[in-house]
Amino acid sequence: MANETIRCECGHENKEGTVLCEACGKPISENQHIDGNDQQNVLEMRYEGGARRSQTYKRTVVDKVWGFFSSVKVGVWLIVITLVFSALGTIYPQEQFKNSPLPSSAFYEEEYGLTGKIFYQLGFHNMYDSWWYITLVALIGVSIIISSIDRYVPLRRALKNQKTKKNEIFVKRQRVVSFDNELSENDLNTVKTNLKKQRYKVHEEDGHIFAEKNRFSRWGPYVNHIGLIIILIASIFRMFEVMHIDDYVWVREGEVQAIPGTGQEYYVENNKFIYEVYDADTEERFTRALEDVENPVPKNFQTNATIYRATNDPILGEKPELEKVTEGEIRLNQPVIFDGYSLYQSGTQVESEYNSISMELQLNNQSLGAFTFDTDEAPSEFKLEESDTTITIDNWYPELEFTDEGPSSFSKYPRNPGIIFTVSSPELEEDERFFYLQEKVIPLADNNQANVNVSEVDRRSASGLTVKKDNTLPLFGLGAGIFMIGVSQGLYWYHRRIWIHPKDGVYHIGVHTNKNWYGMNQELDKITKGTNVNSFVDQQEMK
Amino acid sequence: MNKKKKRLIFRSVVLTLLVGTLVFVLIVNANSERPDLEEGVEAPNFKLDRLDKSGETIELKELRGQGVMVNFWATYCEPCKKEMPYMDQLYQDYKDQGIEIVAVSVDRNESVINNFYNSLDLSFPSTIDRQETVMDVYEVTNLPASFFINPDGTIERIVRGPVTLESLEGYFQEILPEKS
Repeated sequence: MANETIRCECGHENKEGTVLCEACGKPISENQHIDGNDQQNVLEMRYEGGARRSQTYKRTVVDKVWGFFSSVKVGVWLIVITLVFSALGTIYPQEQFKNSPLPSSAFYEEEYGLTGKIFYQLGFHNMYDSWWYITLVALIGVSIIISSIDRYVPLRRALKNQKTKKNEIFVKRQRVVSFDNELSENDLNTVKTNLKKQRYKVHEEDGHIFAEKNRFSRWGPYVNHIGLIIILIASIFRMFEVMHIDDYVWVREGEVQAIPGTGQEYYVENNKFIYEVYDADTEERFTRALEDVENPVPKNFQTNATIYRATNDPILGEKPELEKVTEGEIRLNQPVIFDGYSLYQSGTQVESEYNSISMELQLNNQSLGAFTFDTDEAPSEFKLEESDTTITIDNWYPELEFTDEGPSSFSKYPRNPGIIFTVSSPELEEDERFFYLQEKVIPLADNNQANVNVSEVDRRSASGLTVKKDNTLPLFGLGAGIFMIGVSQGLYWYHRRIWIHPKDGVYHIGVHTNKNWYGMNQELDKITKGTNVNSFVDQQEMK
Repeated sequence: MNKKKKRLIFRSVVLTLLVGTLVFVLIVNANSERPDLEEGVEAPNFKLDRLDKSGETIELKELRGQGVMVNFWATYCEPCKKEMPYMDQLYQDYKDQGIEIVAVSVDRNESVINNFYNSLDLSFPSTIDRQETVMDVYEVTNLPASFFINPDGTIERIVRGPVTLESLEGYFQEILPEKS
């Protein structure tokens, strides 16, 4: 146990590694290592001269790891490294926002060249969810927690153990001091009264006076770190669907879609999509502004939506039984909110798809009838009663493209429909085939007698909705609030202490504040006003 | 207890908690990234309306005991259409040995599915994924995609892309129920 404690001449047992005796403040010989044991220097008051244990013991692996994370230097480096990587990740879009059908392995090189390829190969395309990025952030958290524990504990010990009676050296080697004051009883009483006026707590012991205020300011950084930890915990909670959902769904007009992230519980129907632009003709006040604008200026993107909830627990793929929850108009920044979820307007494909195509069949300028091809529900055959004609749909390509193997479809969405159909009619000598594409109908043989015209097309829009749920926000708020309390606590209040030390009939005064020495000097003027106290000197500035 | 020992225990506990939290977060994160579907895991159950027999449904769970091929296709997908005849040809041989095929079309228009189905005179069950939810859960982005499911309901093999007659027969052998 001998090397475990150091006995100060005042009788207090200090822990190994202590710089200043916790009780009387006398420097422990050989332990003022911070300033090279210079007897003339102002005392290093950091952590009250308490023993930062991690700096003292490095015996086991646990102690070594602890010591590593306790270091502010390590913490700063971790923050710098994380910042640099975070910044690098924003150079090109992250994978989830690349908005391209190309796979990532091709996308980055194609789009951004060599640097894009490097970006992809280094794994920056998926940085913020990568294990090493999460680990970096977590290490910052570890550093915050350990360095806080490692500083808070000795600081609290030191402040709790401090005595009114301090060692002469401790008082005389404070930064701001006043030596050899000849003070009368009156002077001392005035000083004490003034100190109390300045809201100091005044302690006395054997003629020694110790005044202190705003000790709680010292806890500011630790409170602020608790706030940071809560924010980190909140960000961990975000990984769970129960707490946080951020998803996206496309809904076409007239369509009901399952809302992703709700486990097939909620559905949204797009009743109508409204796209409006500013009209220079009807709205005169915009005429001037719109004069030089080539493209129409959008005024409103709106989805009239109905929200449903499945009343049964449908098996995957099974048609759910729906009950209406709510309905509303979703506009930019005006979401529809239901049961903790919000649906935001965030994308559009205005009139990008064909809902239906109406065609009329003619022979020698005589109509043989008309039919409407509903892209989603069209039957494979149409009967035109008036002329006993049958139209058979041979092939249907929702998004027509021509490949080496002939016509094909790029997707199931009728963005560029192609229809191959056969007309059989008693009016015709033989069956005739036609090809609908791009709002025109082309005969597939030169000798086709009939004629097919497109009489009407009905287009529809697809609306992109963002699904959001965030139950972590209150926790983030709490963390940020505590953070701010900690910042104010440490920033707007100062921990100030004054020691009056009687020695051989004169008084030495030592002063300490954790910040704002200028304010301290002003406060000292108020405290010593009308007394015989010599003016204070700043020992640090004298050098 | 001696103070040094106490401190060591305290530090170890704190470090273990922190490291434990980190590991937990990393595992959760890794799980959210990994596709839920892979060979060896149980195939998610689904229930779809049959198009070849109107009014009937087919549920994957009820096919336990049989080897099941779930094939995602669409009429506009040329390679899908090409593998259909192979599937039908083998279906004739393997149906009695306990192999079932569920063709899931992701088309929006039912009549074109039926059209194609009838034109090739196919005989295995034809279904439609109207809500697009099955496709979503099975993480089908490119067509065709086939899942070969063991009689016990686990996924034996995932084939993203077309199959040939030979390869298909091999896959069927893998999921063939044992003769009792």
